[in-house]
Amino acid sequence: MAALPKFIGQPIRRREDPRLITGEGTYVDDVKLAGMLHAALMRSPYAHAKISSVDLSAARKHPGVICALSGEDLAGRLPSLPCVAPAQNVPEHPALARGKVRYVGDAVAIVVATDPYTARDAIDLITADFDPLPAVVDAEKALQPGAPLIHENFGTNLAAKAEMTPPGFDKAMSEADKTLKFRLVNQRLTPTMMEPRGVVAHWEHGYKQLTLWSSTQIPHLLRSQLADMLKLGENKIRVIAPEVGGGFGAKLNVYAEEALLGYLAMELDRPIKWIETRRENMAATTHGRGHVTYVEVGFKNDGAITAIKAKFFCDMGAYLQLLTPAIPSFTALMVPGCYRVGALAFEQNLIFTNKMATDAYRGAGRPEACYLIERTMDMVAAELGMDPVQVRRKNFIPKDAFPFTTAAGLQYDSGDYEGALNKALAMVGYDKLRTEQAAARQQGRYLGIGVSTYVEICGIGPSALLPPKLKGGGWESATVRVEPDSKVTVLTGVSPHGQGQETSFAQIAADALGIDIDDINVLHGDTAIVQYGIGTFGSRATALGGTALVMALGKVQEKMKTIASRLMEVPPQQLIFTNRTIALASDPSKSIPLQKVVEAAYGYKQPIPGVEPGLDASAFFEPSGCTFPFGTHIAVVEVDPQTGAVKFLRYVAVDDCGKIINPLLVDGQLQGGIAQGLGQALYEETVYDENGQLVTASLMDYAIPKAQMVPAIEMANTVTPTNLNPLGVKGVGEAGTIGSTPCVANAVMDALKPFGIRHIDMPLKPEKIWRAIQEAKQAKKG
Amino acid sequence: MQVKITVNGQPREDAVEPRMLLVHYLRDVAGLTGTHVGCETTLCGACTILMNGQAVKSCTMLAVQADGAKLTTIEGLAKNGQLHPLQEGFWEKHGLQCGFCTPGMIMAAVDLLSRNKNPSDEEIRHALEGNLCRCTGYQHIVEAVQYAAHKMR
Repeated sequence: MAALPKFIGQPIRRREDPRLITGEGTYVDDVKLAGMLHAALMRSPYAHAKISSVDLSAARKHPGVICALSGEDLAGRLPSLPCVAPAQNVPEHPALARGKVRYVGDAVAIVVATDPYTARDAIDLITADFDPLPAVVDAEKALQPGAPLIHENFGTNLAAKAEMTPPGFDKAMSEADKTLKFRLVNQRLTPTMMEPRGVVAHWEHGYKQLTLWSSTQIPHLLRSQLADMLKLGENKIRVIAPEVGGGFGAKLNVYAEEALLGYLAMELDRPIKWIETRRENMAATTHGRGHVTYVEVGFKNDGAITAIKAKFFCDMGAYLQLLTPAIPSFTALMVPGCYRVGALAFEQNLIFTNKMATDAYRGAGRPEACYLIERTMDMVAAELGMDPVQVRRKNFIPKDAFPFTTAAGLQYDSGDYEGALNKALAMVGYDKLRTEQAAARQQGRYLGIGVSTYVEICGIGPSALLPPKLKGGGWESATVRVEPDSKVTVLTGVSPHGQGQETSFAQIAADALGIDIDDINVLHGDTAIVQYGIGTFGSRATALGGTALVMALGKVQEKMKTIASRLMEVPPQQLIFTNRTIALASDPSKSIPLQKVVEAAYGYKQPIPGVEPGLDASAFFEPSGCTFPFGTHIAVVEVDPQTGAVKFLRYVAVDDCGKIINPLLVDGQLQGGIAQGLGQALYEETVYDENGQLVTASLMDYAIPKAQMVPAIEMANTVTPTNLNPLGVKGVGEAGTIGSTPCVANAVMDALKPFGIRHIDMPLKPEKIWRAIQEAKQAKKG
Repeated sequence: MQVKITVNGQPREDAVEPRMLLVHYLRDVAGLTGTHVGCETTLCGACTILMNGQAVKSCTMLAVQADGAKLTTIEGLAKNGQLHPLQEGFWEKHGLQCGFCTPGMIMAAVDLLSRNKNPSDEEIRHALEGNLCRCTGYQHIVEAVQYAAHKMR
């Protein structure tokens, strides 16, 4: 047999793909069970209204309808949906609204019928009377005296308030030569994964066991919360996350439909399916961002930042979903970015509005912070007449200062911000570009060069950093099972849904055991098969789940070495795994086939005395800290002053996510992330009108980037490993999104500099840019 | 209503409700779940199939409108266990992540390459503007289509 290559670091094509490119993957909607019923929901057309009555009689009489329920019918039968993150005011959150509806899309009633068409017909037969109330749409206005109250019992629309002004802050601010104050809007976004949510619930009465397929990022955490709500043992609920068609944080949640279907499957003793429509997905799956921030920055004449104060108004929506109030805390923590900011003070107001709840969305708090600090850097540069690159260099945390504790109190593991910046500047030809830009301006062309030097936080841990009510900490798990034929099964607690860990984890296991990648099967997303795990979010899967895998592999390796040393009569510490053998490190020709060791482990003939039979091991990795990937993105755009349209000329991305297991997957994560980030900068915005009606309720109205709206990205990496895990990996799932948004915004603002325009809020749509140009021209004339 | 539809070379005859969407006919009657429903409004392209060789969005067509037609879905693209060059391209170039848009994306690209054997990157991006992908940022999809175009020439 040919010698096996090393797999880590190679651009291995994905092992997930053959089933997905042939249409053979199983998503929730592909699950079909005998006797399966179908559910549909009636949702509120009002943002804020009293429910006078819900008449289900016609729906119940409709042929094919099995049951129809309103919120009142469920009172006392299904507890509040969970919010596990702490907040001063956590409202009751019934799966079906009771008394009041609080956002457009709030579920009012559920119908279960023999087929989905009938279920939807029956929804139209429900007569519900609402008494509309004034809606609170704007988070800042929601705090004004006299604003309508969304949850009257709190006497306020404030969900929570957090403040931090460290001693010495005022002194730091007073040491500034100059200060700037400005307001930034980080607009609300709709995650828009291509597969809407979906649930199939199956109660096996004889076994008293509930199986629930859900398009989720967190099968185990979901199981724990459902067990509480449905009063079942965790060993009697099996949650399966089959193929999941994208999540981006919006499937890191526990939703009304998951609880409702579980409950009704048990009540009706029939399997039930619910598949979200796109309209529901836009209205009733969590949104992201939604911050208004007032920034005050103090700085020296040389560009050094002495102090930053940020006052946030964070739009929670009408209810608190699983982690809603936790998301803004990541923003506060990441405000200093990759800079030695002298001092940081912040105030955060988390505010209820009559809108869908916000929660994690790709980046989850960090894009807001990165946008804040990277726009601030450009504002300071513009004020001082300095090059934005120079301001960044002036403030960078130097590469020999790690581990570094920031003004926000976080300890960054490692970094070389200047290294990534220099590489990106060289790739784009920065100095030459600035010359070209000056020449273009002479010709009336508006080129803009935008830089962002981002840092973000991944692999959140240790466990103390996560809320205890989540019932899962900052750790991750893995099991490695060497089967009797030497094939290897890996069970991971993470729940990939496009990220490719079936491939990258196979690469890790293959190298460790000296076997072929094709001999490894990575399983995930089924709580009856996989040991408890936390799931896939926050760019944690490889740094934490990959490390748990390395640890489990280590335990299996130890046992195999013990057996091999007995069979070979050499000390175990001299043995290595190579080419399907266990061999003497000093002389690999002296070896024993792996299969012989496996046979001994399973006692084909007789077990090795003193060695427990079998060959599997589990490990749980608790990190000692978070990882901090970083990079530099540079966008070159041209703005057409006649139309306000923005055209990309170049986009250069230099990213450092530590060591790379599979460069193909890393590129894919970054490219997709960048597309989402520039979507926020230029196109995307969740719009509710003044009555709280959702204007962007379809893909016609909500502009996620299409193929021709995204530039070809020129990519490179620097590699600064972390020492917090043995793989040296940091995480890459959100980096592109975090780095790209301010980069593109800075580029557009740079293009508009000749007009004297300092700032326009995102999304930078042609109309907005055009208006700003007209206003600037008027102001000049006036 | 009775419809005669050839799906991936197999002639079928089925009784369907007049209002049944073609995509539901494929998924629930013909049992071919590779064609996905992403929006029910023709905007995302996840449901794209070929009808008489041309790409159509099966979520806003009725099954009865396909009476007498020849349909190809993602399941019918590989021949004799041999992947279509586009399937191969998507695999080689990492043109998919979550995979939900992929069947529709591939079928739209089949249509493109049947009309244009030598597309530029811009032409590929333009041809795929009716197919949304939230994962990849499209760059690897463009490379996947170029891979297939090259292989098919």
